[in-house]
Amino acid sequence: MMSSQTMTQAGDNNHGYNYAYLDEQTKRMIRRALLKAVAIPGYQVPFGGREMPMPYGWGTGGVQLTAAVIGRDDTLKVIDQGADDTTNAVSIRSFFQQVAQVKTTEVTTDATLIQTRHRIPETALQAGQILVYQVPIPEPLRFIEPRETETRKMHALEEYGIMHVKLYEDIARYGHIATAYAYPVRVNGRYIMDPSPIPKFDNPKMDMMPALQLFGAGREKRIYAIPPYTRVKSLDFEDHPFDVQQWDEPCDVCGSTDSFLDEVVTDDRGSRVFICSDTDYCRQQQEKQA
Amino acid sequence: MNQRVLSAPEAVTEARQAMTINIQEQPLLSVQQLTKLYAPGKGFAEVSFDLYPGEVLGIVGESGSGKSTLLQAISGRLAPDEGEVLYLRGNADSQLARVVSLYQMAESQRRQLLRTDWGVVHQHPLDGLRPRVSAGGNIGERLMAVGQRHYGNIRAQARQWLQDVEIPADRIDDLPVTFSGGMQQRLQIARNLVTHPRLIFMDEPTGGLDVSVQARLLDLLRRLVSELGLAVIIVTHDLAVARLLAHRLMVMKQSRVVETGLTDQVLDDPQHPYTQLLVSSVLQS
Repeated sequence: MMSSQTMTQAGDNNHGYNYAYLDEQTKRMIRRALLKAVAIPGYQVPFGGREMPMPYGWGTGGVQLTAAVIGRDDTLKVIDQGADDTTNAVSIRSFFQQVAQVKTTEVTTDATLIQTRHRIPETALQAGQILVYQVPIPEPLRFIEPRETETRKMHALEEYGIMHVKLYEDIARYGHIATAYAYPVRVNGRYIMDPSPIPKFDNPKMDMMPALQLFGAGREKRIYAIPPYTRVKSLDFEDHPFDVQQWDEPCDVCGSTDSFLDEVVTDDRGSRVFICSDTDYCRQQQEKQA
Repeated sequence: MNQRVLSAPEAVTEARQAMTINIQEQPLLSVQQLTKLYAPGKGFAEVSFDLYPGEVLGIVGESGSGKSTLLQAISGRLAPDEGEVLYLRGNADSQLARVVSLYQMAESQRRQLLRTDWGVVHQHPLDGLRPRVSAGGNIGERLMAVGQRHYGNIRAQARQWLQDVEIPADRIDDLPVTFSGGMQQRLQIARNLVTHPRLIFMDEPTGGLDVSVQARLLDLLRRLVSELGLAVIIVTHDLAVARLLAHRLMVMKQSRVVETGLTDQVLDDPQHPYTQLLVSSVLQS
């Protein structure tokens, strides 16, 4: 680890802030929690979440993780619902440009560190890359069991029958598993984990991913992780196996048929088109055609 | 009633010896010198009894005599101060049968026992049900907890159990909060029986139900107990319920067992002054 001395001196235009905004002690505390999280895949590690210069729900957990792992050599990409150009993504990117003096990019393959809200990039991630998720509610059992003491016990004793009750209710009510995002997964055959509100379309990408996946929940003050090449299995029934969303039409912009599409209303008469939610992927597909 | 005073380790040794001699004669549940006192007279003290497979034991007594606390302790939900609860795990005929001590086993095992081999029927059905989960999901929860992952099979079993407890099968997707009190109680029973437990604990299962609904519930319980060969420990303050269901009775007063015996014997020829008072207090028609 770099000494705090060199880090602080390096931040010339930080106006009195430490490198990457958080002080070194806080970063060490977060890194310790991260090591534990990586060692126990899918286990929620409590950490001393700090106040960040943004409201809860805007990615305070993800920003703290990014701040704890970012270094001068990193290239940062930030996406919000797959897009590089939304307010949240632009603000967080420029925040780290200023406080950590890192290069930023919109190209998935160029990034060493990607902070994301609610999507995994379409382009497959590589070994050496780190994906940081922003998590609103880290506890997958919370919907049925409001007591934290009890949910921790359920995790400890592997009492996960109730997760299938939720899926059972879906099938009984809608005829299929209607959970379309934050679809629960089992990590490394042990802990049940909420993959943050990514669409279930992205769930298969988590399985055996070469990149390191880190999850930060700022308000709930929990960190969890999936190390590279870890088994991640979406819960399902034998007669109702897990499957992902499909669309009847290709992306209106790039024509892609294998990416996650957003429905966009284009006028007051209800006309709508479907376009890729991953802006970088959409751009690549357009360039390929050109 | 077991009158011998045994310290816990002795009791375990004794139980183990009994197991090697003849496991067939081993009680399903053996409670030995169990004590849990919140304050003198609050809770229960030095309770011992054996329960054999297929037997129904009634615990009667006035409010505050420690009945419900005792039930919590012997059903693994409240650690006692002293004493031991021994349970015969596995089929008595099989070589794998083991006598286990409830509060010396790991918590994970104790909780697993509670949702497979045992069942708890609460006085208020909504305490034992998930109100926001459909009737089918409530019945299926235990099946999913023990690893069943086939939706069709789980649903078929839920439907079967609804019929067995006389709830129309077409209400399988309704929430328990839309059910009447009697139906909720029957649903709670079905939810407990779905894993074919060997031992059921009931705390005032007929409390708060009107008499005709009570009568039907008691009929149902009697039928299920005899058909499934369940062992039951039932706490009640209603002597009529006790007479109808229980083979044996234990009478509690101020945290102690004051009388125990066959139900008819206790109710028709009460020996202890408190039991005499209890029996004579029932309104005669």
